[in-house]
This record gives sequence, structure tokens and C-alpha cells, in this order.
Amino acid sequence: MSETPNELRYVATHEWARLEEDGTVTIGITDHAQDALGDVVYVELPELDVDLLAAGEAGVVESVKAASDIYAPIDGNVVAVNAALEEQPELVNSDPFGAGWFFKLRPLDAPQLDELLSAADYTELCNEEAH
Amino acid sequence: MPFIPHTEAEIEAMLGVIGAASIDDLFDEIPGHLQVDGLHKVPEGISEMAMLAKLEARARQDDAGVCFVGAGSYDHHIPAAVWDITARGEFMTAYTPYQAEASQGTLQLIYEYQSMLAKLTGMDVSNASVYDGASGLAEAMLMAVRANRKAPAKKVLVPETVHPLYRRAATNIVSNQGIEVCTLPMSADGRLDHAALADWVDDCAALVVQQPNFFGALEDVDALAGWAQSNNVLLIAVANPLSLAMLKPPGEWGADIVCGDGQPFGIPMASGGPSFGFMCTNSKYVRQMPGRIIGRTVDLDGKPGYALTLQAREQHIRRAKATSNICTNQGLLVTAGTIYLSLLGELGLQGVAQQCHHNALQLKRALCALPGVDLAFAGAFFNEFVIRLPRSAESVVDELLMQGIHAGLPLGDYFPDMQNALLVCATEKRTPAEIDNYARALGALLGDAA
Repeated sequence: MSETPNELRYVATHEWARLEEDGTVTIGITDHAQDALGDVVYVELPELDVDLLAAGEAGVVESVKAASDIYAPIDGNVVAVNAALEEQPELVNSDPFGAGWFFKLRPLDAPQLDELLSAADYTELCNEEAH
Repeated sequence: MPFIPHTEAEIEAMLGVIGAASIDDLFDEIPGHLQVDGLHKVPEGISEMAMLAKLEARARQDDAGVCFVGAGSYDHHIPAAVWDITARGEFMTAYTPYQAEASQGTLQLIYEYQSMLAKLTGMDVSNASVYDGASGLAEAMLMAVRANRKAPAKKVLVPETVHPLYRRAATNIVSNQGIEVCTLPMSADGRLDHAALADWVDDCAALVVQQPNFFGALEDVDALAGWAQSNNVLLIAVANPLSLAMLKPPGEWGADIVCGDGQPFGIPMASGGPSFGFMCTNSKYVRQMPGRIIGRTVDLDGKPGYALTLQAREQHIRRAKATSNICTNQGLLVTAGTIYLSLLGELGLQGVAQQCHHNALQLKRALCALPGVDLAFAGAFFNEFVIRLPRSAESVVDELLMQGIHAGLPLGDYFPDMQNALLVCATEKRTPAEIDNYARALGALLGDAA
């Protein structure tokens, strides 16, 4: 069974979002998503200082068997990307909610975050997809 | 693998499972403006007998004669062993090597092909090939626009000195993806007009440079690469691969993508095709490169083995978001090209290139000695160059053909102000007697007219 931390927010395209103390939002892909993808071999991250729109393409995650787009969960400006993934894309598999984060946004519209799925909603969605 | 057609009942059952009403529904995701209403230009089927008669008539047009035409397809010697080995059943019948455990020979050959092309072009990696030089250029443009994410506009600059048919084919392919191909003018010396670049600073994603260019002239590639680099423009080089045995490889002058046609390597001219296209790039952009790449690895016992790699971005996985949707490779022709290169080796290839260059110099000397015949563009060339005649090049070509001489490519069809210009070429096959004979026939023709 995949892990789905309660303190995070989720979107149906399998990204998670976490509001940090400095007001930025960290984004990654869920445990469920990394498990479905298999061994991640490459991550293409967004450019710094680019404005992304919610549900807009932000990058690509590539595993040995598939390459999938990563979407921005909310509108925001890219303030950081996880450079460690360049050399160690496997962090996405080993620590999807920690060292395997993808990028950080400064939200353009903070309340958007509250509209995202809760852990319970997301778990339910994954269960539905499985059936 | 048997290809067994599906019955109507099977098709119905499969559509039922995925919830589609008809096969046409499966194509719904293709935007309407890109769908065609039938293939009107494709003729009705004909019988085998009628088809053979047609092809035999066409083959007869491919007549003998001494060839001084280049312009992208060259009359090089092909050692008999090339096609003898290529036509062996193990190579000739090989299907796409998806199943690595059953395809080690094919995979090893493609790996060696990639290694040789990467070395020739001075780049890090090569793909397993694309259709031909022109489609290779189109793929390079699509790739450059994808890779240059910071580019201010999806525009690709293409000088008039790039092969006109390559420009036409590439424009056809890329314009459906909203990429604009912008033509840069040439200057009077048959090279790209560098002053024209100033208009495009901060307004394009890539610059294409053909070296040697369509007219056989050498562009100032170092300056062009410098311009591209300092303006964050990706540089696409189009190269005659044989010329790379003599010229500085594009990797050394700073190209980001190198493409071209592999025809000089053991592929017959065959009325213009088929051939294979090559495509190389640096590691930085390898994930933006279309097509397949063969990698070398080790198996569980530590023995070397070969496998398709970087497949996740191909169309069977990424569908509409694939790096390309025409990314098959030219397996058999690449096999011939690889065997050609293996038989010649580095020194042999340099020998062929030097002999071509030497013969082209002899040809220039002989033709330009004739009254009224001039070299159109001064400067160094590899194996082809343009001469200016005192009258229409097309009429000269027609008349020399009667004497069994393919005199060159008249440029008037491509450049309206070049009605008297003729692009001529000499490969390693042209003998001093043939060159002499051409010069004498041309001299007689022009003398008669005077």
C-alpha cells in the first residue's frame, strides 16, 4: 500500500504540494505515482523564474518504461528546482515526499492550495483508478 | 511473426472493451485541421504486370553516362563486398530489434554505426538513423525548438545556401507544428550573408548551416557558431559525411545538432533514393533527440550486450508527445553504410575524400580554362562547385546528355537569377580522360554557338 501523508495536498495527476514556512510550495510526485512508473531514470525540471499555471506542464519524469508529464498543481513562479535529481533521479523512487521533491513555487494565488485534494480524497481517487 | 487480419467480430469485441464505437473514433485525438479526407493523390492499385512494366520503363531512364552531378546524391564507387554482405539473410531480413535477445547482431552493427558517425561529426552521440538528409534536417529543427526552451520565438533561420530541396521538405514537415522557417539571403560570394543575422537577434531558436553548402562553397562556420552561441541560438549543421574525412568536424566548430545524408557511404544513387539520414548531438540534448539509440551494456554474467535505449520518448509510449512520429530507422541502408565504412577504415575514407577533392580541382581547371566559363563563387570547395556559362545551363546539359555526359545540375529552377549557372561535381570515380572529354565536349558546344 502506498504512503499518502496527511499534511500534504494532492492533485489527480499524482503530484503533491506542501506549503513551507517561507510561503513557498514544494512539489513532487506521489508514492503511488513513483510506484506505477517504476525505476525513474531522468527528470526534466522547469526553468527557474518561469511562471507556471495550474494544470500546466512543468516537466517530464522518465522511467525505464514510460515518460510522463509533470503538472503544476497551482499557479506560481518557479523559485527552486531539485538539482540533486540530475545525478540521482532514483531519489524519486526512494524518497518521493522528501529528497525526491521536484521544484518549489511561489504561489501567485495562495488560496488555490486549499482547493487541492486532501490525503483521503487522493487515496479514494487512487482506489477508484485501480478498479 | 504472422500478420493475421482481425475478423469483424474481433474488432467489435475489442472496440467494446475500450468503449469506442468505431475505429475512426480512435483517431479523434488528432485535431480536425490535421486530418485528411482520403489520400486523393495516391493512385488506385494496379496489377503486378502493369506495375512491373511501369518500373522497368522507369529503370530504363536511369541510363548510363558519365556523372558529374552531385547536389546531394553522389556517384561514388561501392565495393562489391558492401552489398554482398548487406544482402545476407541475417541482415537483409532483420526486423526492428525490439527483442534484444534475438537481435544482438543487428544491434551491434547499429552501435558501431553510431560510434563511427559520432566520431566523424565530432559529437557525443548518434541515433540509429532517420529516413534521409532532408527529413533529418526537419527532425533537427523540431529538436532544436524543443531543446531551446528559452528561445524567444519558434523560428528557425535557414540560409538560401542550404539545399533547396532540403529546405522545402523540412518546411513542409515542421510548419504543421507552428515552427516558422525564415530564409536568410546569400551574398554574392555564394555564402550566407552574415550581415542578415543582425535582424534576428532575440527572435529565433536555431540557425541551420550547411557545410559545404549547396553551391559547394565553404561557409565561415567558426564565425557562425560564435554568433549562435553568443545569442543563445542552437546551431544545426548539415554535412556531407564524406567531406568530414577532410574538413573540421561540426562538433569542433560548435554545432549542437549535426544531420545529413548517408548516401555517399555505399548507397547507390538509384534515381534519388532510398538513402539514410544521420543525426548526431551532444549528451546535453540526447533526450531531445528523436528516434532510437542503441546502447552497450553487460548481461548478468558480465558479458557485453546491446539494447535499444532511451525508448521512453518514442511514439509507442509517448504518442502525441513523442520526440518524433516518423522516427523509424533505415536499417538495411545503415547496414550498407556501416559495412562501407568498416571496409574503408579511417585512412581509406580519407583517401576517397582526397581523391574526390583532387578530381574536382582538375575538373575546375579544365572547365574554367574554356572561354566564357567562369567559377561562379571563388574560394575553397570539397567535391563540387558552380560554374557560370555564357548561355542557359539547361540547354547545355540537354546537349551534353546526348553525348553520354551528365554535365551537372542547372540552378535556374531553384534560383531564377542563375539560369546560366551549373553545379558540377567530381567523385573519386572520374578519370582524367572523362574530365578531359567533358571539357572538350563543352568547349566544342560553346565554340559552335559562338
